[in-house]
Amino acid sequence: MSNGKASHGRVLVLQGNEAVVEGAVAAGCRFFAGYPITPATEISEAMAQRLPAIGGTFIQMEDEIASLGAVIGASLAGVKAMTATSGPGFSLMQENIGFACVAEVPCVIVNVMRGGPSTGLPTRVSQGDVMQARWGTHGDHPIIVLAVSTTRECFDITVRAFNLSEKYRTPVIILSDEVVAHTREKIQLPHPEEIEVFDRIKPNMPPEWYIPYEDTPRGVPPMAAFGDGYRYHVTGLIHDVRGFPTERAEEIQAFLTRIHRKIYNNFHDIMMVKEELVEDAEILVIAYGSVARSARRAVKEARERGVKVGLIQLVTIWPFPRQYIEPLLRRVRAVLVPELNFGQISREVKRINQGRTRVEKLNRIDGQLITPDEILSRLLKL
Amino acid sequence: MAEITKLIHKYLRHDKKFPHVWCPGCGNGILLGSLIRAIDKLGLEKDEVVLVSGIGCSSRLPVYVDFNTLHTTHGRALTFATGIKLAKPSLNVIVIMGDGDAVSIGGNHFIHAARRNLNLTAIIINNNVYGMTGGQFSPTTPYGAYTTTSPLGHIEHPFAISELAVTAGASFVARGTVYHTHVLDEVIEKAILKRGFAVVEVISNCHTQYGRKNKMGSAVDMLLWMKKVAVSVEKADKMSPEEREGKITIGVLVDRDLPIFTQEYQRIREEARKRWATVTKSA
Ligand SMILES: Cc1ncc(C[n+]2csc(CCOP(=O)(O)OP(=O)(O)O)c2C)c(N)n1
Ligand code: SF4
Ligand SMILES: [Mg+2]
Repeated sequence: MSNGKASHGRVLVLQGNEAVVEGAVAAGCRFFAGYPITPATEISEAMAQRLPAIGGTFIQMEDEIASLGAVIGASLAGVKAMTATSGPGFSLMQENIGFACVAEVPCVIVNVMRGGPSTGLPTRVSQGDVMQARWGTHGDHPIIVLAVSTTRECFDITVRAFNLSEKYRTPVIILSDEVVAHTREKIQLPHPEEIEVFDRIKPNMPPEWYIPYEDTPRGVPPMAAFGDGYRYHVTGLIHDVRGFPTERAEEIQAFLTRIHRKIYNNFHDIMMVKEELVEDAEILVIAYGSVARSARRAVKEARERGVKVGLIQLVTIWPFPRQYIEPLLRRVRAVLVPELNFGQISREVKRINQGRTRVEKLNRIDGQLITPDEILSRLLKL
Repeated sequence: MAEITKLIHKYLRHDKKFPHVWCPGCGNGILLGSLIRAIDKLGLEKDEVVLVSGIGCSSRLPVYVDFNTLHTTHGRALTFATGIKLAKPSLNVIVIMGDGDAVSIGGNHFIHAARRNLNLTAIIINNNVYGMTGGQFSPTTPYGAYTTTSPLGHIEHPFAISELAVTAGASFVARGTVYHTHVLDEVIEKAILKRGFAVVEVISNCHTQYGRKNKMGSAVDMLLWMKKVAVSVEKADKMSPEEREGKITIGVLVDRDLPIFTQEYQRIREEARKRWATVTKSA
């Protein structure tokens, strides 16, 4: 890889959007298609410089539907690919996200969240797309969604997003937000040899033995690129193991089960949470994205006042880290879920809590970030 | 006959994918024949051909042939093809769309693909109707025609697909019909060979939906209708506007050499390498 030698090891000051680009390039992304939208535009702009310089391709498409279409096409031809957008564009991408799930095409979609619904609050922060990221496309489907809260995470988690998408042949969505995207922070870019990069497994059998959607024990069949000599059919229709459309009940059942199984059976590999002071905690804060920054600060201050509170920062949002959180709910006195929506993750926490402990929400939907003080004063009352 | 058997064995997924979903007599099969003959004549390697389609009866075509085949979402085939071509420019990427697919839901992608001028071949099967969903009007349904959603006659006016492609900037535009298969074979061959965005509009018959509603008779009757109304580009040039009324011109409408996207982008890569290869944008 020929990505900018001069920058590795050097301390840079990058905004989240720029760090996403660096992470993508480090993960091997060589194709980007996008359509400008605040607050994600800087990702397109940086890609327009970075990718051609290292032999990759940047293209500005006519809309977001086209952007994701081109990304899926590039990935099918064997090139790691990404797009980035915000709410309105994310809505337009939903049909093709489902296509990538069903055709099992690795790709990364960044949604830098802004206030919605509709054109909403283009320049204001929000976390309103958590449920859309889970259920935006129609039909039952598995999805991996990761949330970032710092410039550093924008880099690391973007690398991770590519790795997961390649490993499990699935679209991975990164939820960033306006604050994370535009906050400038110091970052020391790791050297390429320090970065773990996973590339999709390719078939090595003779083409006549290749079964493109075979039900392997791992649940992830090897993926040939167009032009590799393995000619096969790719479709958004439910298909049999050869990729051909089917309406046979047992084949439909087997296919849909496998694409779910490949994600849920590997839950421990996919789940990422960052915990702080959880061990002896009597109260938990569960936060993600920019709100996790305020939460971290609030937890520290509460501890200084003698309140035994811990923080769980969700990096993996979907599949929801139920196996990790459930045992903690049995132990703690109360949980606070601060978020920039009416309660999309608190609803999930309540669902798995089943009355075990007290789950409280703290919400802002006015385009402003939740401050550490707001969280602290709620913690002191719990 | 022997020649046909050879082509069937060489190109069709004959042991896996048949019988096909199309109505007997549907023009889609005739186009498939033309496409295979053109590819065979050009001697393209099967591994190097990618057939991409959208959604519709016509877009079911790729599944039957032994190439790299991709059946995408409704109207979006050209966008997927764009990604494939940019990722691997050496591949021959051929896109099959219906009239609804290409110029209704995919209309925006179509004009932008023509403007962008990637080296793609776009084949549009124009049967003047939404065949797959049961015969609703499409953007090429003529004024006054009957469809299930224009039960009292259509009050909108149609797009002329080829003329739209010319205006949008395509490098090559040709029109054929499924009756004039020799012309069709020839223009498809030229379109595949063309460096640049090449469009072939194929006038076809959906006798079971459009034909029936408009009393155009059987598949054969519709083919004879095509025979009657088609005139070559050369002949049409010599006709008066009145004489051209109700006729369909077939042949090559435009064949021009324009810079293609991948060639231009190579220049951008070289320039970008000089400027930004080793610097990360920082504060
Ligand atoms: C987003 C979306 N909207 C609607 C449909 C339903 N649909 C399937 S095919 C089709 C029209 C196909 O017409 P055309 O492109 O002319 O192809 P034909 O069947 O005539 O060959 C429609 C509306 C769909 N599959 N996806
Ligand atoms: S409905 Fe029309 S377009 Fe579709 S297969 Fe039948 S004849 Fe062909
Ligand atoms: Mg049609």
